[in-house]
Amino acid sequence: MIRTPLRPLARILSARQKGENPDTIERENLRLRHEEIRDRGRARAEVRLLFLSLGFLAAFSTIGARMGLLAATEPVEPRSAAAGAQILATRADITDRNGRILATNMQTYALYAQPRDMVDPGRVARELAKIFPEIDPVAMERRLTDGRTFLWIRRVMSPEQMQRVHEIGDPGLLFGPREMRLYPNGQLAAHVLGGASFGAEGVSSAEVIGTAGIEKALDARLRDPAQAGTPLELSLDLTLQAAVEEILGTGMTMLNAKGAAAILMDVKTGEILSLASLPAFDPNDRPNPLVKGDPGDSPLFNRAVQGVYELGSTFKIFTVANAMNLGLVSPETMVDANAPRRWGKFTIKEFQNKNYGPLLSVENVIVKSSNVGTANIALMVGAERQAAFFQSLGFFDPTVIELVEAPGAKPIVPKRWPDITTITTSYGHGISASPMHLAVAYAAIANGGVKVTPTLLHGGVAQNGPRVMTAETAAASVRMLRGVVEHGTATLGDVPGYQVAGKTGTAEKPSRTGGYDEDKVVNTFASLFPADDPKYVLVVTLDEPVETSGSEPRRTAGWTAVPVAGEIIRRAAPLLGLRPVVEPPPVDGLTAVSN
Amino acid sequence: MRPVFFVLSFLAVMGLAFWAYRENYATQAALREMGRLQDEIAGLREALALQRAEWAYLNRPERLRELATVNFDRLGLLPLEPTQFGAAAQISYPAPMILPGDGAFPAITDPVEVTGQTATELAPSPVDGQFP
Repeated sequence: MIRTPLRPLARILSARQKGENPDTIERENLRLRHEEIRDRGRARAEVRLLFLSLGFLAAFSTIGARMGLLAATEPVEPRSAAAGAQILATRADITDRNGRILATNMQTYALYAQPRDMVDPGRVARELAKIFPEIDPVAMERRLTDGRTFLWIRRVMSPEQMQRVHEIGDPGLLFGPREMRLYPNGQLAAHVLGGASFGAEGVSSAEVIGTAGIEKALDARLRDPAQAGTPLELSLDLTLQAAVEEILGTGMTMLNAKGAAAILMDVKTGEILSLASLPAFDPNDRPNPLVKGDPGDSPLFNRAVQGVYELGSTFKIFTVANAMNLGLVSPETMVDANAPRRWGKFTIKEFQNKNYGPLLSVENVIVKSSNVGTANIALMVGAERQAAFFQSLGFFDPTVIELVEAPGAKPIVPKRWPDITTITTSYGHGISASPMHLAVAYAAIANGGVKVTPTLLHGGVAQNGPRVMTAETAAASVRMLRGVVEHGTATLGDVPGYQVAGKTGTAEKPSRTGGYDEDKVVNTFASLFPADDPKYVLVVTLDEPVETSGSEPRRTAGWTAVPVAGEIIRRAAPLLGLRPVVEPPPVDGLTAVSN
Repeated sequence: MRPVFFVLSFLAVMGLAFWAYRENYATQAALREMGRLQDEIAGLREALALQRAEWAYLNRPERLRELATVNFDRLGLLPLEPTQFGAAAQISYPAPMILPGDGAFPAITDPVEVTGQTATELAPSPVDGQFP
């Protein structure tokens, strides 16, 4: 670039000759040069701004056009990116702990009609009524001819029914694909699985939603497309569940019970291996809830989780464990067990008005199931510490198991704890909880005093829960419970080789008219096995059983729940892989003499 | 020089246009093929799920129990009993083989017959320096 000098020599010389200041020339030239620089810069900036605005215009109109396009077009699934489970995203399967299917999906079809395209509505209605017995031909014909353009006829149907509908051959009958939830094992584990039904329905698809049980509790997990390929693995064992339900059903029939429940739980991991409630239902065809009467009588009612009962003498071990934990008694301490005992206007009696007193060791209080002895121990403990101990075992809150029914089953606990409440709750009256609560509390004893959280999901590891009692107290409690089975109220529950330990409980049901019904009882047997290293807890509850083999009907747990529980353990323990502890064989009398 | 440059760039544009045209159709064909394959996978998965469901239905404990009862004469199946557990010591092991000499293996005197393979297959010669 050619720069004009600021002080051109010719002009400077001539200015000097004229006597002018040559600096003005320099200033003038400087000014001109600055103006020139400014103009050039301005022009360049204008061009840049123009380009920039054109660029922005192009960018924004592209984005705007794209947004408009996206908004105006039908959504399409990305075809090139779908892989794995997303190709056929369905509700995830549910399996047992060994991968055996408990719930899966089946492709089926829904039937709908477009009456405008229908050739002969009268014939269609008659033919449909032949295929589906619940359809009334007259009402169906009226619905097909009243001018509507769309009509659902069936939600799901079998392939045979679909073929017969095809054979009607009317163009107004159409099929929409449906994903149907299928429970191949029928009634097995019905209360755990719950059931499923359709949510929002369209012609080409319908959403499947859980209606009860774990299907509803873990609905979000089961519907998550990212996890559709991985089945939900439950802690249940199908074989075990079948055996437990079979024995429980037989026991319920033999003992004329109204209902029954059983829970088998791993005490280390809190996994529920079997959860049965009878009578059961078929989750493939879930019945409607009862509209009148007691909802507890419906087969939908899960007695193991929802059934809140007074669990009776099974609570005695908690009172005794608490007293031992506080150092108030030891298993050998003699306590006052003189029956009947009067407390204010109340009288505490023993079963069949017996008297085990005047003094009874703490161990025998449990073995003989003495109400008076337990009451006296509870009075030593005091209301506050007893309530706190029950709370630490979880008897004040609903259980946290993965069933939608669980949070609703809140135990019924006394609001105030006067001494009489301390006495009655010590042997399980005036406090109501579900068999699941009882299983959790017994699991704490069996697990060396450490509480476990029950779970229905497989893959549990040994839990490190809060300690509710010392390991010594827990071990002493297990020894006492073993005594109950060896020579106490639960001798019928002894299974050779498995060292069953447990406590019976018989509670009269509160009657509608107030007070208690004498011939309506809830029998419970809470057990743990094997006693030298407890691994499993089994709780069996029978509702209104009666044992009629003797001269008069027997309604105590020792005659009803205990034999059923014993049979369950005899069948279940080998299935759990538990090796029986070999006891020395009985000495053969003849051989002994000849030797 | 310039006309050559123009002609070359025109040819390049034409070539690229042809390439893009072919790629476009190839991509669409691949997408169609993928859609077809995905439909097939979905269908097969459905069939698989149905087979699994049927397997589970046919193997439901209730049915197996009935079958075991019906076929008790032939199978004699009963529920697992605690008495069926045994210790490894209770199993009678086969008697140890009596060998000539003081427990040493006998010398192989007879030819060992190997069928189905030729000698060269049995021992690849290291001379080749290559494995098949």
